Amino acid sequence: MNHNDLVISKITGAFPDAIEETGMFRDELTVTILQEYVHGVCKLLRDDEDLKYNFIIDIVGDDYLPEYPRFAVSYHLRSMGNVHDFRLRTMVEDPDEGPKTIGDLWKIATWLEMEVYDLMGISFEGNGSQRRLFLPEDWVGHPLRKDYPLGYEEVQFSFNYDAIQEKKPYAGRRQLGDES
Amino acid sequence: MGMEQGVTRMGQLITPNDKSGAAGIVTHRLEDLVNWGRTNAMWPMLFGLACCAIEMMASQASHYDASRFGMELNRPSPRQSDLMIVAGRVSRKMAPVVRRLYEQMPEPKWVIAMGDCASCGGIFNNYAIVQGVDEIIPVDVYVAGCPPRPEALIDGIMTLHESIRQEDFKTWSLERG
Repeated sequence: MNHNDLVISKITGAFPDAIEETGMFRDELTVTILQEYVHGVCKLLRDDEDLKYNFIIDIVGDDYLPEYPRFAVSYHLRSMGNVHDFRLRTMVEDPDEGPKTIGDLWKIATWLEMEVYDLMGISFEGNGSQRRLFLPEDWVGHPLRKDYPLGYEEVQFSFNYDAIQEKKPYAGRRQLGDES
Repeated sequence: MGMEQGVTRMGQLITPNDKSGAAGIVTHRLEDLVNWGRTNAMWPMLFGLACCAIEMMASQASHYDASRFGMELNRPSPRQSDLMIVAGRVSRKMAPVVRRLYEQMPEPKWVIAMGDCASCGGIFNNYAIVQGVDEIIPVDVYVAGCPPRPEALIDGIMTLHESIRQEDFKTWSLERG
């Protein structure tokens, strides 16, 4: 039995209802599970003697905007002993009620979840430090969502140069005697 | 000991160590002297934000040798520098820091926006990058290029020197307001 099948059989053995679907792409396994089983399955994968997925590579958020459920969270796991990687995945229906944090299993997962929250806006239940990581603290919105406006400034061409120049902000030099 | 070096003026030998005032008096406009001093001992701030900083380092290294223009000394503190070379794109998160560093520099101070990103946002026309550093600090010279070659940066510095030589004290703060 190779490691891909072993993972599936172990998860099915412990949580019979957990797996929604499994997929293979270029010999890499993706296991999609229900959201409420994330913490339990991760604990199993880390602690089971035959699996020992002791390293979490990354946590990734996806946005499939027109579809429902819109968001997905992927956990990339690696077993150093078995030299095997695979991807654990869950669909998130409501980004405000995301999956349970796995920061108690892998410490670094707290940071990875913080990153997902910062850029994608998926909050993780029980993650005590959900705050801005890359963006300024007063930032509004989550920029990696597909409905986030991407552009910032209209490009100046010869036909609209003046119209844009009028609105373009320029910083001044603070004068002696200025208030503030 | 050999013969003492020096110049003979009005029948008197004047050596470099002669501090008696016998060498005479040079008269000049104060503004020109001060501006000469400002241009030839400009201290840029050690401040690189992105890939343009590599070109900035190259322009200060031996091959291009910005120290020919009295600029060999990059200060790691804004309080000791009078030229800010914004080398690279300024992100929205970095913008308050850049502004604060600018405020910490003592007058007189000048800013060079090096490269397309610092001048106008460059290829990063999006929410994360400040569209030109002139939105947050006043810029004296824009240097185009992505990144500009060291020659271009040195040309920008020369352009700045040229404009500093034109400055006069009376209107200094008014012109730069």
